[in-house]
Amino acid sequence: MGSHGIKDRVAIVGMGCTNFGEQWNKGTDDLLVDAAEATFASAGITKDDVDAYWLGTAMSGMSGMALARPLQLHDKPVTHVENFCATASEALRNAAYSVASGAYDVAMAIGVEKVKDSGYQGLVGAAKTPTDGTGRTLTAAAMFAMCSPGYGKKYGLDDAQMREVLARIAWKNHYNGARNPRAQFRKEVSMETICNAPLMAGGLGVYDCSGVADGSAAAIIVRAEDAHRYTDKPIYVKALSLVAGNCSGNADPDYDYTTFPEIAATGRDAYAQAGITNPREQLAMAEVHDCFTPAELLIYEDLQFADRGTAWKEVLDGTFDLGGALPVNPDGGLKSFGHPVGASGLRMVFEAWLQLRGEAPAERTIAHADRGLALTHNLGGYPGEMVSFVSVVGNELG
Amino acid sequence: MRGIISAGGYVPFRRLQRAEIAKTFGSGGGKGTRSVASYDEDTTTMGVEAARLALRSAPSGATPDTLWFATATPAYLDKNNASTLHAALRLDTDVSAFDFGGALRSGIGALRAALDGANSVLIVTSDLRGGLPTSGDESASGDGAGALLVGDDSNGAVIAEYLGAASATEEFLERWRTPGSTRSRVWEERFGEVKYGPLVEQAWNAALKAAELSADQVARVIVTGMNARAARAVSARLGTAKEALVDDRSATVGNSGSAHAALLLADTLESAQPGQVIGLVVLADGADVLLFRTTDAIASYAPARTVAAQIDGAADLPYGKFLSWRGEARLEPPRRPEPDRISASVSGRTEEWKYAFVGSRDRGSGELHMPPARISRVGDAVDDMQPAPMADVQGTIALLTIDRIAYSPSPPVAFAVVDWDGGGRLPVELTDVDAATLQMGDRVEMTFRKLFTSDEIHNYFWKARPVRGT
Repeated sequence: MGSHGIKDRVAIVGMGCTNFGEQWNKGTDDLLVDAAEATFASAGITKDDVDAYWLGTAMSGMSGMALARPLQLHDKPVTHVENFCATASEALRNAAYSVASGAYDVAMAIGVEKVKDSGYQGLVGAAKTPTDGTGRTLTAAAMFAMCSPGYGKKYGLDDAQMREVLARIAWKNHYNGARNPRAQFRKEVSMETICNAPLMAGGLGVYDCSGVADGSAAAIIVRAEDAHRYTDKPIYVKALSLVAGNCSGNADPDYDYTTFPEIAATGRDAYAQAGITNPREQLAMAEVHDCFTPAELLIYEDLQFADRGTAWKEVLDGTFDLGGALPVNPDGGLKSFGHPVGASGLRMVFEAWLQLRGEAPAERTIAHADRGLALTHNLGGYPGEMVSFVSVVGNELG
Repeated sequence: MRGIISAGGYVPFRRLQRAEIAKTFGSGGGKGTRSVASYDEDTTTMGVEAARLALRSAPSGATPDTLWFATATPAYLDKNNASTLHAALRLDTDVSAFDFGGALRSGIGALRAALDGANSVLIVTSDLRGGLPTSGDESASGDGAGALLVGDDSNGAVIAEYLGAASATEEFLERWRTPGSTRSRVWEERFGEVKYGPLVEQAWNAALKAAELSADQVARVIVTGMNARAARAVSARLGTAKEALVDDRSATVGNSGSAHAALLLADTLESAQPGQVIGLVVLADGADVLLFRTTDAIASYAPARTVAAQIDGAADLPYGKFLSWRGEARLEPPRRPEPDRISASVSGRTEEWKYAFVGSRDRGSGELHMPPARISRVGDAVDDMQPAPMADVQGTIALLTIDRIAYSPSPPVAFAVVDWDGGGRLPVELTDVDAATLQMGDRVEMTFRKLFTSDEIHNYFWKARPVRGT
């Protein structure tokens, strides 16, 4: 991949994140105002101090005016970005590059989604392009459900073992989410409840699927050399990597649904940009896109947290628990937060911001915060055809 | 010599046990089963399936000069349904396509017109029959389609020579339905019996006389009409041997209305011997009699899939499902948005893909692309593709999933990642399946179906179904 990276050239100096959940009394504008105001306060600036804005939303608005109007921005450039469920990460990536380029001194990346106004459970899709009606109608749950038998078959796990492994991932994320006041679902869920939940698609039950939620999160980005003017504890951007897949997986007879090549590629690229050679030992934590439990299982291997065919054992051993060797989704993940499509990527970065600054509550403090590096991984799409994003951030230069 | 070159009968996969009707409502029903079109089938899709069988059974290279589609239950009015069949069969644009619509008599009318005319004609008849719950029509009728490729020897070896026909027509009110109504109304059955008797006698005698045949020379006689009492009565008076009367499949399929004559003729030809005279007697607001004699070519005729095999390879459908599929019981819809209407202009651009399931294959790498693409996934060649017709290619299920939350007119949705024989892969929706019995490694074939209807636009595309009855 031809990326040079912008390691240590920009820093995050302020962040905000609303509570995620069924916000019946808040609209898109309210969520944007709440997240933006919290972020301005965090960085100690006002909206006028921000030179340029990137708004990520997949289905809650169009154009930069969807942000300029509620925030009442005067003569500011606002860019609307969309990249499926990696939309908020795309906003961060573009805002960071704008500052690194020297075009702006201060930029905001903000992501939002108002999902719960559709009247339906689950996501109901974004803007509708006229079609010939031949497109696949399968839900994301059903697509990701195919990863589970594929993985089990390849590595010799029977259905009961796969059920336990996937349940253990959901159990861990709900355990973490129970300790997060911003999460939508704040209760631990027993393995038994997870395993016996009603089936949604394939072998996936309710607790194997992330919920939906309304929410918004934002970050202020400045040049690294300016960072200490805003905060004593800036978070430096070490790597930003994005791949939009060519959708070949579902047409390739050799694709076995046990890996996401787009994720593996963004992982390799991000590690090269950040200078990481052993992610499992160098990262303090990771936030990954646990839209469905099989996704998180495969991500462990694609991002080199575990060797191929071994992630399931590591899950059962607690490697990715809060106190494990590499905590994954310490904030509770999509499982606990739900998934406001255009906001989730920045919600992940918000957890890295809290953990690397030592501001996470004691009950979900990670074991190896001193490593100083955190990864966020955000995907949009399906097995065989997805957008993948990986960032690495750190609390020290170098 | 002019006559029938090949035939295809299509019987949908599902059966309703007629006894289920009386168990539910305390009345109606009867013995045996009737065929039931799936929720994703209509007369157009069933017609496509019958036509595909007829063309696959025809000698290699035999193609029609025109396609005539007849049904009493058209999927569209105004719009020509035959054009949809034409697209699904991937016929050349200079092949004409016409609808013969409305009356039950339109099916036999189209067949006779083709036999009396010139050129090679693909006759497709299809019908979807029902009635109010517990009605005689609900239990006695069935769904199905029959297709016949008619032509001269120059179009392909004729397996049944056309010997001639005769008709008798009279206006009388026996069975009727106004546009938009889903139920037919009938006068007292006995009245029809009295009216049909002399009409059949007139046509039968005229046809035999013109062909210089006597009734005892007719080896197989098919008698069909929605008035079962009248059909039974005339059958006994034709003067043919008792064993000549063809099983009208009323115990298994039911009467498929305007399609039934072609369906039974296909069924009969599939077991006929050379040199047999076949009589076809149809009672529908008059009487039509057509006579054929099988040729030596029928000895080597190999039907792609027989009606008998489709009758054997069926599965029961619960009566509640039947009622919901027919719109007689409205079930709680899935809590998902209904699909948007499809775009006419996009569908026009993608006609080969959408209607005929034609992908593209990169000339250099051989890589299959579905839907067709301009730039190859392998090798990156630009605009170096050739058409890859996939409708008749079978495949193997590589992975399976049952989607309980996706929108469907009849959830849950079964989906399979299919590896095609000869290379290539596509995830496709499955139909005519019981999800619990599906397994990785099962063999599937493609079938033309209606995915949904929105803004009165039917969205036709292809699904996969298990390979059965070959």
